[in-house]
Amino acid sequence: MRLPYFPGCTLHSKAQNFDASARAAALALDIVMEELPEWTCCGATFSTSADSAMGLVAPTRILASAKDAGKLLTLCSFCYNTLKRTNRVIATDAEQRRKVTTFIEEDYQGNVQTVHLLEVLRDEIGFEALAARVSKRLEGLSVAPYYGCLLLRPADEMGFDDPERPTILENFLASLGCTVVDFPHKTECCGSFVAVGTPDAAERCSARILDMAVAQGAEMLAVSCPLCQYNLDHAQREVQAGRGRTARVPILYFSQLLAIALGCEDACLHLDAHVVDPRPRLSKWLGQQSQATALV
Amino acid sequence: MAADSSMVRFFLMGKPHNVPKGLTIQKAMEYAGFRLLRGCGCRGGFCGACGTVYRVGSDYRLKVGLACQTVVEDQMYLAQIPFFPAVKAAYKVEDLPPTAETLISLYPEILRCVGCNTCRKVCPQEIEVMRYIAAAQRGDIAKVADLSFDCLMCGLCASRCPAEIVQYHVAILARRLYARHITKPAVHLAQCVAAIDRGECDADLAAMVAADSARLKALYNAREIEPEDLEAAGQE
Repeated sequence: MRLPYFPGCTLHSKAQNFDASARAAALALDIVMEELPEWTCCGATFSTSADSAMGLVAPTRILASAKDAGKLLTLCSFCYNTLKRTNRVIATDAEQRRKVTTFIEEDYQGNVQTVHLLEVLRDEIGFEALAARVSKRLEGLSVAPYYGCLLLRPADEMGFDDPERPTILENFLASLGCTVVDFPHKTECCGSFVAVGTPDAAERCSARILDMAVAQGAEMLAVSCPLCQYNLDHAQREVQAGRGRTARVPILYFSQLLAIALGCEDACLHLDAHVVDPRPRLSKWLGQQSQATALV
Repeated sequence: MAADSSMVRFFLMGKPHNVPKGLTIQKAMEYAGFRLLRGCGCRGGFCGACGTVYRVGSDYRLKVGLACQTVVEDQMYLAQIPFFPAVKAAYKVEDLPPTAETLISLYPEILRCVGCNTCRKVCPQEIEVMRYIAAAQRGDIAKVADLSFDCLMCGLCASRCPAEIVQYHVAILARRLYARHITKPAVHLAQCVAAIDRGECDADLAAMVAADSARLKALYNAREIEPEDLEAAGQE
């Protein structure tokens, strides 16, 4: 399967571990993620201003560039949210569609379905079939799924999963062999971009989530958003300096766990990029070198 | 329409002038009696001094061109933009890492890009300006350098940007970073410079200085030519 892929800016800069692990894991499942030849920032935040079209311009152009395929794969929760909600406006609001597509000079009617890699795993491959393709079952690893906000909400626009009791990450983790740790804060906000202006406030949001996950027995959290990953991981910086909180729980992208379970090379994981080092806990599943290296 | 079919009527800042067909905007202005002191440089399409905006007749589209390269049309309404205010960061390129953070700290306004693509539409060089600003946002210095290579720094992109970005200054910073930190050093160049320093070229140079005009012409005509140049010469 070949899918046009929109990485978004963060996956090309701060979250290259998300991008590289997802590409490698997808390839192991015979899914080729074909990066759009040209793309800009999607805007990162969907504009809720009803009478302004400017925020729709960039994401509509991105969507239009995938119109022949009719599908656009993305990974970052912000990009996924922005693209999906923009497409809904273009598909359903004739006046905005006319204004925006005339401005960008593209004939685009809103036919592109924005899909998340988790949805591809669930709907195209199936979690049972995925479990059958796992070569290293992550038995004994207790992982708490963390959704954050943007994958799920607003629920009527995103249609991703139940906004209060989602199960897609749980089913995904179970198919890898993980012990799934349920905890009540899995759809709470991590603090999001409040981290830029008032990092203390964001840190409090993240700490609450981390404490609850650890109290329920989580050894790791699995996320799908670079900003959730940043906030939850960086909220534990103090721990490394020997101050404050004692819990230390690695924050992994779901794609990193997937790549490990599918036996992808360690190089795609970039596990050295984490504040809380996941390598000690994952060591028994790591050590997958490239064959070229092994032969030398 | 000018009455004589060999003539066209264009409007310079609203004032009509009748000039012969086929002139560039720059020549048309001189035909009309202007003496160009600013907004006129190389006259060869390279210096970027003569950026010009125009509309033709009742077409709503704003068009652009270099006055030295663009042929004047009937019903062309134009104005030159010889200068546009732009902020330029001061830096020592050798001290800067080639990263997104460098570009964003010196030109934070690049994050204000809304992706309208107006910069691309007004670029007389047809450079993918919006695309290179997108690449700049994610720190892809090599792509910025590559996409912006033909920039003449005429300033028309900056004149139209709703995010008030001065794109060409971002681009030249990226090209400097690319040249300084990313491209491989040219080993043969360093070797040649060392050979010159050792005096290995002194005798040849002295012979050239001593040569008369006929000898120089003969040397020039018999010079070593790159294979691709030879091929091109053969085709002509």
